Amino acid sequence: MRLQISTQLAIFAVLELSARAGEQLSVAEIGEKYGVSSHHLAKVMHVMGRAGLVRAVRGAGGGYQFSGNARRITLLDIVQLFEEAGSETNGGGETTPEGRALRQVLAEIDDISRATLGSITVATMGKLVERANGARGKSTAKSATA
Amino acid sequence: MATAAKTRTVKAQAVSVRRVRAADMDKVVALDAQVTKLPKPDYWSDVFTRYGKQRPTERFFLVAEAPDSRLAGFIVGEVRAWEFGSTPCGWVFALSVAPDVRLAGAGSALLDAISAEFRQAGVDKMRTMVARDAQLPMLFFRSEGMMAGPYIQLEKDLD
Repeated sequence: MRLQISTQLAIFAVLELSARAGEQLSVAEIGEKYGVSSHHLAKVMHVMGRAGLVRAVRGAGGGYQFSGNARRITLLDIVQLFEEAGSETNGGGETTPEGRALRQVLAEIDDISRATLGSITVATMGKLVERANGARGKSTAKSATA
Repeated sequence: MATAAKTRTVKAQAVSVRRVRAADMDKVVALDAQVTKLPKPDYWSDVFTRYGKQRPTERFFLVAEAPDSRLAGFIVGEVRAWEFGSTPCGWVFALSVAPDVRLAGAGSALLDAISAEFRQAGVDKMRTMVARDAQLPMLFFRSEGMMAGPYIQLEKDLD
């Protein structure tokens, strides 16, 4: 599965903000960490703001705060803001037996993708990030002592 | 080493997890019927016989009890080996938490307790299976760090 850049940025931004409850981060700060333009990220944050996932904080030192429930918001909630739902076949032949069979297979893939994305909350992703961070720390320590 | 009589108290979650007893079974049947809307006393009687009484070093039927002795939940699993080519691992095939005590840690306490039993039985992997559209258990198991395993379940309609 390939995510659009906007979707990926949205997930990164939510993870970044939810890891710092009560704090706010500017678009520039988040963009710098992930090497993306503030302009692109600002558009992503606007979409998430309208969906109620983040809140803009005005004034000096302003930025964005996570405003969702980390134990309720899933990756699917974020992905659906930026991606078309479901797989599509191109061209004709969709009413043929071959086309229907292909749609059946693609529907299976879509079901699994939706179940996976819909079962991983922002809080669960936070744990996965921590684990990945721990694994990276161990691997760095290993190569340093090798 | 058998741990059938062991009681594991999980203070943080305010439930104690222990092996099932015959006296718990009416509550187990009632909780399952409440959650699944499908009473199945004969099934649970059979599960109690096989998992509550036999091969206690590899079969685990645990209950979580609230401080007031109410049944907060239960979990059932066993160590299985070589099915589908799998090396020995722990399988959880039933987990239920009373709706009125959810989000208080009873499910985590049960999963922690059966994980400890599996480790003691010598396995280092735990598996379960969840319906794709069963979002609540899926969210729970994911939050406990479980990821998709190396197997895909296949089925077909028998004409």
